[in-house]
Amino acid sequence: MTLSDTRKAASPTPQDSYVRIRSWLRDLAYGLRFAAFGGREGWIRNALTAAGVGLGVALLLIASSVPHIMDNRDRRAEARAPSQQQYYGPDGERPGEPSDTSVLWADASTEYRTDIVNGLILRADGARPKLPPGVDRMPGAGEMFASPALAELLASDEGRLLAQRMDYRMIGAIGDTGLLDPGEYFFYAGSSTLTLGDGVWRTASWGGPAAESLPYDPVLIVVITLACVVLLVPVAVFIATAARFGGDRRDRRLAALRLVGADAWTTRRIAAGEALFGSALGLTVGLAVFALARLFAGSVRVWELSAFPADVVPLPRLAAALLLAVPVTSVAVSLFALRSVVVEPLGVVRNTALRRRRFWWRPLVPLAGLLLLLNGNTFNSRDPSAEVSPFPIAAGAILTLLGITAMLPWVVEALVGRLRGGPLSWQLATRRLQLSSGAATRAVSGIMVAVAGAIALQMLFAGMHDSFNRTLFENRVWDQLNVSSEYPSKALADRMTEELGRSRGAKDVIATIRTVVSHPNRESTAGLTVGDCTALRKLAEITSCADGDTFVVHAHEDRRQNDWIDTTARKGGVVLLGDEERAAPWTLPVRSPTVLGNKNAEGWENTGVYATFGAIDVRDLASGMTLALVPLNAGVPDAPEHIRNAAAGIDPALRIWSVRMTERDARYESLQTGLLAAASATLGLIAASMLVSQIEQLRERRRLLSALVAFGTPRTVLAWSVLWQTAVPVVLGTVVAVAGGLALGAAMLALIGKEVTRWWIFLPVAGVGAGVILLVTLVSLPPLWRMMRPEGLRTE
Amino acid sequence: MSIGHTLLALLESGPRHGYDLKRAFDEKFGHDRPLHYGQVYSTMSRLLKNGLVEVDGIEAGGGPDRKRYAITEAGITDVATWLTQPEKPEPYLQSTLYTKVVIALLTGRSAAALLDTQRAEHLRLMRVLTDRKRRGDLADQLICDHALFHLEADLRWLELTSTRLDRLAAEVRP
Amino acid sequence: MIPEGSLLIAEDLHKTYAHTPALAGACFSIHPGEVVAVLGPSGSGKSTLLHCLAGIVQPDAGRVRYAGRDLTALSDAERSALRRTDFGFVFQFGQLVPELSCTENVALPLRLAGIRRKAAEQVAMEWLERLEVADSGSKRPGEISGGQGQRVAVARALVTSPRVVFADEPTGALDSYSGERVMELLTEAARSSNAAVVLVTHETRVAAYSDREIVVRDGRTRDPDHSL
Repeated sequence: MTLSDTRKAASPTPQDSYVRIRSWLRDLAYGLRFAAFGGREGWIRNALTAAGVGLGVALLLIASSVPHIMDNRDRRAEARAPSQQQYYGPDGERPGEPSDTSVLWADASTEYRTDIVNGLILRADGARPKLPPGVDRMPGAGEMFASPALAELLASDEGRLLAQRMDYRMIGAIGDTGLLDPGEYFFYAGSSTLTLGDGVWRTASWGGPAAESLPYDPVLIVVITLACVVLLVPVAVFIATAARFGGDRRDRRLAALRLVGADAWTTRRIAAGEALFGSALGLTVGLAVFALARLFAGSVRVWELSAFPADVVPLPRLAAALLLAVPVTSVAVSLFALRSVVVEPLGVVRNTALRRRRFWWRPLVPLAGLLLLLNGNTFNSRDPSAEVSPFPIAAGAILTLLGITAMLPWVVEALVGRLRGGPLSWQLATRRLQLSSGAATRAVSGIMVAVAGAIALQMLFAGMHDSFNRTLFENRVWDQLNVSSEYPSKALADRMTEELGRSRGAKDVIATIRTVVSHPNRESTAGLTVGDCTALRKLAEITSCADGDTFVVHAHEDRRQNDWIDTTARKGGVVLLGDEERAAPWTLPVRSPTVLGNKNAEGWENTGVYATFGAIDVRDLASGMTLALVPLNAGVPDAPEHIRNAAAGIDPALRIWSVRMTERDARYESLQTGLLAAASATLGLIAASMLVSQIEQLRERRRLLSALVAFGTPRTVLAWSVLWQTAVPVVLGTVVAVAGGLALGAAMLALIGKEVTRWWIFLPVAGVGAGVILLVTLVSLPPLWRMMRPEGLRTE
Repeated sequence: MSIGHTLLALLESGPRHGYDLKRAFDEKFGHDRPLHYGQVYSTMSRLLKNGLVEVDGIEAGGGPDRKRYAITEAGITDVATWLTQPEKPEPYLQSTLYTKVVIALLTGRSAAALLDTQRAEHLRLMRVLTDRKRRGDLADQLICDHALFHLEADLRWLELTSTRLDRLAAEVRP
Repeated sequence: MIPEGSLLIAEDLHKTYAHTPALAGACFSIHPGEVVAVLGPSGSGKSTLLHCLAGIVQPDAGRVRYAGRDLTALSDAERSALRRTDFGFVFQFGQLVPELSCTENVALPLRLAGIRRKAAEQVAMEWLERLEVADSGSKRPGEISGGQGQRVAVARALVTSPRVVFADEPTGALDSYSGERVMELLTEAARSSNAAVVLVTHETRVAAYSDREIVVRDGRTRDPDHSL
């Protein structure tokens, strides 16, 4: 034993560890070299991995930027909110004192087609008004600052109708600091007539708590959680599969290394080196795509959200975790995939069968996920106010989706293993798959998660959309616009009847004043509707009416409500006009016939006391609203816009609302197409990776193919076998994904208490899958033809 | 190995003295066993008797036998026949075959054809042996295999030689 | 000088691959039931000659006639059909479909000829038995030895009862004992069914199983019986 031997046997010295690190680095460098100089196919594989990982990374970076985007939006929303909102009302609440810097404002937000246009009308009290962010001076009367997006819309043909409504002179653009996002429609208009009261407020400065945010709807939490999971899990799975694109060849290379004497750990390190190269490439691509996407953040608007490029900054911790997780994942996946190579190098080289996959644990994963989704949660659709924790939902969805990935290889193997007989081309393909279905299945399972997720999400949204739709179609709300102001005014009601009625978009106008009457003991209230006879007749079954008449209006079926009305509105008795402290008393005439109300568009009757203008002085009302119901003239395009224009002519601060069907439809459509496009894109990437392994495989079999051709095998037989070889895993994968997606979708809908309305929603995705099969086969044919030439038989 | 045919062939390039013939023979073929003068003279007198060579002249005043020999037409034909006639395939033929190849190259005849002919002869015998082996019992098989291996070795040598004819030609014809 | 009664005849074949001449005036003929060895150093054009004879490759010039038909005038599909029905092939290696069992591999040409799977595999089993590899029937090529694999390949070449078997270095990857056994089985089976065998080889011990040999050198053939 020499001196150095003794030393080696003893505890490791720094020199030893130095040597070990050197050999480790050498192994990693080998891997990098294999990856970087793998010839043309090597680069195709690298490009695919880079594209796959890159897209995933970019998506995740964007997702991790969302918190920052939302924070900055909130910050700007707060900065432009009036800091003191003081209301001047008959109750004697004190208005803010006018000062040199205070500003009067009114909300003049409106809608245009499917978009919301927010804006304020401003009037300075003094000479040095405080300015909201983004503008450098107060707009004068008839002047306007608009966001760039709004300015563009107003200048365009598309915005012609809106321009009529917003008849202001444009004097400048609102700067970025005053906007939530670059696509926002926002404006500040000036007025010289704005006076406190009637929806006009005074503020001493800008920047305060923004409009109170409502607690999140539990259904919304469920939906958002599921959407996040369904969108992000496939990305993670996809990154993992992308690390193994074209892995068959690599497996064989490593197995060969193993055969010439590389030990298991050396082989693993070399594989790690290769994986690192791919993921590094992917990270680079991902960062580049993200940087590029950032630039376009402002020009994309999804669900009325957009972002300033400067806001698209990933949370540092999330980004760091991501940049670390990607290489770690791909190395881990590669090492995991290497098991068979390390254990049975000969099996890989000689193409003999490997051990079968274990089955028992696979179905447990999705089952656990579904159970968690259906039972494990406290969420109860009957009690929507109950607290919802997103974690069990997310965990359930994640388990279900991952379970689909775990099931697929087994399903493919189990089914393919049972295939017997059939034509020769079929036999060739199924035997091939029986021997090694791994690569094909892997390529497919990546998409299958995405497809299953897309199907589940589409089902979820379709279910929500349809249940919403059904309620609406039963009630016919969608063809009516409600125009209102938050104060009672006969003059306004008259102008509404007059001017809205003149608008091309309106079929009819029912303008009334709505408020409540209360029992003097203040224990019960009933509605009060004041209007002219024409309007009141449309709301209830009133046979004879003259100015000065009053009525008590009952509901058709609701006895309890009718009793309640009668308790409050005793004929000949005194009621209070309103429910405020200083509501004025008023006597309901004895001669007030009781009639039944007409069901309105929403499906219920407007009950309570009806009075004509002659019976009540509107000025006595402490509070209330002036409301015009405007059924749309269906034959006129853009009917709502004409009505809004007419309303803006009366008062830009009028509130106009409708149930925004069209917008929902449009959103739903865009969601559908978006999901389908995303699923198609992933399928496309998978197609590319299947193609690479297909061609690799063909090249390896060049000799065999030539031999088959030599003894007279028709080319069509071989072409068909290539088709089957792609078709079987894709079809099986699609079936599993569709089943999993439908199950997940049904579970998600059950979770929010909706019914499954569209079981067939998977059809387009399945269609894309079929397209992938055809594409891969068609593109494999020219190389197949080439490989079948007799040159393949030449040994020299 | 036929010394007579070899010496005859050496004369094809022109008349030589007996001494010259011995030197040329030793140089090209007699690497480890040079010819005795006696062998040369006895062979030459046999060839003279058979009319394959003739005496071209006698150098004056020299040593014991200063005859210069030249090849006759009959001698040339004899060389050609010898070269085209395949040797009976039997072990340890190399020296004869080598000599024949070199002679063919030296005399401008086709060495490749010579080798092909020899190969055909070898193969003929191998076929016979293979056939016997297929019909025979184990003892026959073993005996035949022994012979086949030797023939195969010769044939390998033939193949190798045939691929190196160009180089050999360059060496023997300076 | 073409012998009477030849089954397959080639005259003055020329073939050039990317400026490299592979055949430059090769002739060939074979009788039914005859085994002809094609000898020659590597790169001499042996395999190309075989490919031309079998109609896998079209020669640039010259003619190949099989049973009175001009092979060079047939279309690709017709030649494929002919190869399916009349010819059998054995190559050095890599000809068995690795995913199929040996029986399925042998049954392949029969199935291409339209015979039903059961019947085809029945015949295949018989041939595997004749070639003494019946045990390998249910195994895949990766699970048996090279010698067994070549016997399976021979069985596949003979299963359609071809009139000509083309064997390109059939023993090239085998040790001499396995190689001889394969040759014995091949030539015996061919003789008993009166099939001609074109045997490309560089091994003389393998060539000794032939009835006659021709030598290819630099793309030209020499028939020792007719040269000199």
